[in-house]
Amino acid sequence: MQTDFALLEHYYRQMLLIRRFEEKCVEMYSHEKIRGFLHLYIGEEAIAVGVTDAVGPEDNVLATYREHGHAIARGILPKTIMAEMFGKAEGCCLGRGGSMHLFDAATRFYGGSAIVGAGLPLAVGMALADKRMKRSRVTVCFFGDGAVAEGEFHESLNLAALWQLPILFVCENNRYGMGTALELSQSEPNLAKKALSYRITASQVDGMDVLEVAKAATHAVSQIKEGGGPVFLECLAYRFRGHSMFDAELYRDKAEVEEWKKKDPLLVLQSKLESEGSWTSTKKDEIEKEVAAIVNEAVEYAEQGTLEPLEDLEKFVYSSGADQ
Amino acid sequence: MSETITYREALRAAISEAMQKDERVFLMGEDVGRYGGSFAVSMGLLEQFGSERIIDTPLSESAFTGAGIGAALNGMRPIVEIMTVNFSLLALDQIMNNAATILHMSGGQFNVPLVIRMATGGGKQLGAQHSHSLEGWYAHIPGLKVLTPATVQDAYDMVGLALADPDPVLIFENSLLYNAKGELDTVATPLPIGKAKTMRSGKDVSILTYGISLFKALEAAEILSKEGIEAEVIDLRSLRPLDDMAIMESVRKTHRVLIVDEGWKSGSISAEIMARINEQAFYELDAPMIRVCSAEVPFPYAHHLEQAALPQPEKIVAAAKKLMEGI
Repeated sequence: MQTDFALLEHYYRQMLLIRRFEEKCVEMYSHEKIRGFLHLYIGEEAIAVGVTDAVGPEDNVLATYREHGHAIARGILPKTIMAEMFGKAEGCCLGRGGSMHLFDAATRFYGGSAIVGAGLPLAVGMALADKRMKRSRVTVCFFGDGAVAEGEFHESLNLAALWQLPILFVCENNRYGMGTALELSQSEPNLAKKALSYRITASQVDGMDVLEVAKAATHAVSQIKEGGGPVFLECLAYRFRGHSMFDAELYRDKAEVEEWKKKDPLLVLQSKLESEGSWTSTKKDEIEKEVAAIVNEAVEYAEQGTLEPLEDLEKFVYSSGADQ
Repeated sequence: MSETITYREALRAAISEAMQKDERVFLMGEDVGRYGGSFAVSMGLLEQFGSERIIDTPLSESAFTGAGIGAALNGMRPIVEIMTVNFSLLALDQIMNNAATILHMSGGQFNVPLVIRMATGGGKQLGAQHSHSLEGWYAHIPGLKVLTPATVQDAYDMVGLALADPDPVLIFENSLLYNAKGELDTVATPLPIGKAKTMRSGKDVSILTYGISLFKALEAAEILSKEGIEAEVIDLRSLRPLDDMAIMESVRKTHRVLIVDEGWKSGSISAEIMARINEQAFYELDAPMIRVCSAEVPFPYAHHLEQAALPQPEKIVAAAKKLMEGI
């Protein structure tokens, strides 16, 4: 795998874009420009960036309700994501989805699902279709540690292994299912072991280190494309913010959060960049400026966006547009 | 090109023809392959099409229904068979939160051309967990289409209609109909989704029904005819969309409405039909509308209790006579 300076810089830019984009989302939420639920990915950026780097445009991606990072990493324009959260017609789903339901046909991004675990069966079907039609595609399915408690997780892993489907399961283990710690939810908190019990190749990886994630994902994708069946990656990570904007975080110590912040994926990568020698504070500032420009443009685009006409309220319920 | 075959054979023929015509079509579900289908609908299809297209699944309703949605999103035309409506509750999340919503949530980017077939209905002494009629319940959900073939012709036609539809379609097959025989015309143009069919013409009372209750209504209509009451019997065929036009047309003709539905009354499709008639044709009514539905109990096992819980021709006859009182 290529780990040259340009690639490291690319990862840094992508992760910083996701970080700054979401920080702006918080600001827009406090201005009541964004409403509904807003689940932040801050702290977990290395997973979406590292995994997405390992797949091609022909591959399928399914994510959860905490998917701004995956959508940006996949290449959906930040401005259309921001417009979506503003509920505007210029949004990637014409204001029908919102923060939790981002979709994009052009990048084969299939949502944006807000029922925990419900994306896994879809991944099984998508991969089943590709296998049947002999298309060399991988379906990447992101989900959290909370999903592991759902029946759909077990049903889907079983089917994926039984039918040897080309799926990369990416478990983003941020240690909490909303406010309940993994240890209080799972008799076996090593989640990769559960996948192993279904005879799926599985491993744990440091989800705070984008290079480690990218390396593991690249290896997994090539194994899957060579016909090796599904692979399961458990990415050990941490969410720095609350579950959503309504979370008072009564269930965890501030000290624990601070401890994890020392492993901030941006800091981890920055120290690697610094060790490469050619990283300078000027370069860092340049990237900050580039990212700020994209984020500001996104807000401006969303602000200037238009509202879908009320006559179209019942559009997209049926393809024909008509019910009864 | 008309022949007499069973409802089961009509379904099988339609599935087989669709699979021959379109390589994207495949059948997936519990025991659809080696067992031949729990109601023997897919008997022989595994031998004909192989295990890549007739896929036996484990008892994972949620996962294989979700897999049908995923395959549909990815260019296939899956038919998911859920053994009975009772087990579809284990897949309800996938049906309601994914199949019915993805087109809308994605702003029209992704449609879900999925067909889900399942057996429905009571009457076989299978008790409270195996006798549900929840098709009216599913008709509550925008984004789904709900078909209820009663006749052999519709069993055949509706498979093709559902597969041709770009959106998720649920087909409810009353399990007591699988052995029913009827005429099948394979060359006639099928009546589209959303169109009701008048199965018997009459001037005195409109009996609106669907599924197996259609035959009970027709039987009742014959008895009523002997007593001088001419009932019009309408097979709704599709519970979503409902054919409001056909319903109101019949109401304007007979001015009396009797709805027969194997579902329960409370919060039901029969209540919805009444509400629509109230909204659209209230002043056409000469008498309060009446319903013959299943008793509001979990289905009992004992034969006499179960039969008493179900709509029956004699109950339909009595209800129609009550409607005609005062004339």
